[in-house]
Amino acid sequence: MPPTPPEPAAVLARPHTAELTGWGRTAPTASDVRRPTSATELQRALPNGSPRGLLARGLGRGYGDCAQNSGGTVVETTDVDAFTIHDADPASDTVLVTAEAGASIDRLLHALVPQGLFVPVTPGTRYVTVGGAIAADIHGKNHHRKGSWCQHVTSLHLQLADGEVVEIGPDRDPELFWATAGGMGLTGVVLDATFACPRIGSSRLLVDTDRAADLDEVLELMASGDHAYDYSVAWIDLMAGGRATGRSVLTRGRFATAEEAAPAAGPDPYAYSAGVLASAPPFVPDGLLNKLTVRAFNELWFRKAPVRRRDELQTIPTFFHPLDMVGGWNRIYGPQGFLQWQFVIPFGAEATLRRIIEELSASGCTSFLAVLKAFGEADPAPLSFPAPGWTLALDIPAGVRGLGPLLDRLDELVVAEGGRVYLAKDSRVRPELVPQMYPRLDEWRAVRNRVDPQRRIRSDLSRRLGL
Amino acid sequence: MRDAVGAVQSVLVLGGGSEIAQAIVDRLVGGRCRTVVLGARDITALSPVAARWQAAGATVDSFAFDALDPASHQAAVDAAFDAHGDIDMAIIAFGVLGDQATFDADPVAAADAARANYVGAVSASLAVASRFRTQGHGTLLVLSSVAGVRARADNYVYGSTKAGLDAFAQGLGDALVGTGSRVVVVRPGFVHGRMTEGMQPAPFATTPDKVADAVVAGLAKGREVIWAPAVLAPVFTVMRNLPRGVWRRVSAR
Ligand SMILES: Cc1cc2nc3c(=O)[nH]c(=O)nc-3n(C[C@H](O)[C@H](O)[C@H](O)COP(=O)(O)OP(=O)(O)OC[C@H]3O[C@@H](n4cnc5c(N)ncnc54)[C@H](O)[C@@H]3O)c2cc1C
Ligand SMILES: NC(=O)c1ccc[n+]([C@@H]2O[C@H](COP(=O)([O-])OP(=O)(O)OC[C@H]3O[C@@H](n4cnc5c(N)ncnc54)[C@H](OP(=O)(O)O)[C@@H]3O)[C@@H](O)[C@H]2O)c1
Repeated sequence: MPPTPPEPAAVLARPHTAELTGWGRTAPTASDVRRPTSATELQRALPNGSPRGLLARGLGRGYGDCAQNSGGTVVETTDVDAFTIHDADPASDTVLVTAEAGASIDRLLHALVPQGLFVPVTPGTRYVTVGGAIAADIHGKNHHRKGSWCQHVTSLHLQLADGEVVEIGPDRDPELFWATAGGMGLTGVVLDATFACPRIGSSRLLVDTDRAADLDEVLELMASGDHAYDYSVAWIDLMAGGRATGRSVLTRGRFATAEEAAPAAGPDPYAYSAGVLASAPPFVPDGLLNKLTVRAFNELWFRKAPVRRRDELQTIPTFFHPLDMVGGWNRIYGPQGFLQWQFVIPFGAEATLRRIIEELSASGCTSFLAVLKAFGEADPAPLSFPAPGWTLALDIPAGVRGLGPLLDRLDELVVAEGGRVYLAKDSRVRPELVPQMYPRLDEWRAVRNRVDPQRRIRSDLSRRLGL
Repeated sequence: MRDAVGAVQSVLVLGGGSEIAQAIVDRLVGGRCRTVVLGARDITALSPVAARWQAAGATVDSFAFDALDPASHQAAVDAAFDAHGDIDMAIIAFGVLGDQATFDADPVAAADAARANYVGAVSASLAVASRFRTQGHGTLLVLSSVAGVRARADNYVYGSTKAGLDAFAQGLGDALVGTGSRVVVVRPGFVHGRMTEGMQPAPFATTPDKVADAVVAGLAKGREVIWAPAVLAPVFTVMRNLPRGVWRRVSAR
């Protein structure tokens, strides 16, 4: 977390009313916020929720309203963060880790990497909790190879709406387990989880970079070459138009062996340091990010990238979490906040992908580099986001004129191709589209109704979308 | 719930017959709004608009509401919230313009205007605010007026009711900081319509549709005060600071 000193436990355990938002800082709502300091205290929260229900919250890195519960109780898990790295046969590829829900990937990495281990999946920020990783069934740059987070979970403890604690997993009440994976916290409170962490040869990555002049080129590079890499993602400049539409920088890589890493890593192949190098100023006026500043930034960034580079050694923070180097960077969007729109459409729908990118680029709305990736197979979770196809994610300032109607139109294109948007990032999709985007929604609802018939677990997202 | 681009899913209008409010609701229903609840003196008169919004996919409900009966406000507002779940936005739209000459001759009529425009708005707003606090979110849209920025000799009763309302609404907005709810004050200028029928338009006269457009744009931008048209913001900054004698001449019709 950004370097705010922790408040005394006694103060935090007491409920207080606070306004909360997601990472995009839009649509704040107030709730009764509790921050238990132990697993026992966490378990006590659910039976004592308010009439407007209860919801678990991790580090608030969901972009929209998924971790808010207006007028109800919100339990912040971040102080319940103990974890154990289990003993394993040195010959095994993975090692099991059991972590309490509030443990962050940041904390885990500080313990795992020096022991030659990594997390199975990491998002673009390490400031997410294990609970949030499960609730959003998060994906990373390795989705095409390793799938999403919950595919690596062997079991978890879930506290249900009536207070009962159950242990579930892919082979233990799989229905409830997969409804919890990507279930946006609505099936219960995850107390802890056990997941398999892969071994790594060093704390460095061997990275190949390719600069693609347009969309066709980057799609072709990914389609033909991703299988050779463990990790792959492209940054795409959505402000470039005309022949440069879709120009991108593709970075792909894998963990280096100790020998490969030696020139950069020095004596300790597993040395790991990750910190916040700078902080965004606490108050930023509206309109700092305008068309000119963003266009200039994107231009500079594109030109800086090598046309083709092979086997560059990069650190974990540089390769996986570059945004984390600036603390509180979400504030640069000013008081109105911003939103992230992320969708996936199946392979074969490249014409629609192109049309969406062209419309975004023509709309002139300011977007820093967006992220493009090819997903692999989906897991069995009815509300899990990833599905085979292309996913594009972009940040847009919320105050942009006509943004609502523009994204509504683009959603229609996505749905027409059988695609969907990511609920962990959503803050504005038309509720009527959700059953089309997630055709197994009713299957998920049946499980939710089984474990929470009275809807004691609620979120602003569930209210807004009628989940 | 209100979304990231300022769209709401449900709206409660107090003074449901208001042309300005109806133009706003038209736009909300064109967006995400699927629940419209109208409080009005004469609910039968609302059938045509109700039918229009139903055709657009919204559920429309109405109930009897009289601004002049503050004792009934909390119960009426509670019933609306209880029946429809979360209300994302409430619009305080009722108001009477009246006629200064009539008020001069009939102090009781003047007091009634004050009771509707100010007293009734105070109790109705507080009734809504208490429900907003409970649900942890909500936008209260208060239709004030530029007439309240500085009272004019030819409509100072009306102007003073709006001045009181405007001050009340700003204070309430500040009091609600941290509760997830907020107050947005709308200050239209002269709006062509029922209320101003037969009157000579003031400079920068506008229409209910244009006011509604300004409101929707202001909501998306997270504004706390919306002037309609926008030019009235600088104009009234000047007007408010004119020497009294100059103001008297400028504001005389
Ligand atoms: C810069 C940035 C980059 C990102 N990159 C990616 C990415 O590459 N891939 C990706 O998949 N996501 C990405 N995300 C999204 C992020 O991974 C998810 O939103 C994740 O859920 C956030 O975890 P959190 O701990 O902050 O949870 P919160 O945001 O606090 O909560 C998210 C959801 O999890 C639920 N939840 C939290 N804890 C529990 C619990 N103990 N039990 C039950 N439910 C719980 C909440 O109710 C809520 O619905 C990114 C976000 C940011 C800000
Ligand atoms: N028009 C303008 O030039 C202008 C300019 C600035 C501000 N405003 C303000 O904007 C708001 C809406 O005005 P508008 O232009 O839409 O005018 P409108 O159409 O006349 O609307 C006013 C509404 O207030 C209702 N009302 C009056 N007394 C009431 C009472 N005691 N109880 C319940 N409802 C009552 C009226 O109900 P009935 O339908 O039963 O009569 C009418 O529907 C008003 O507050 C007005 O002061 C108007």
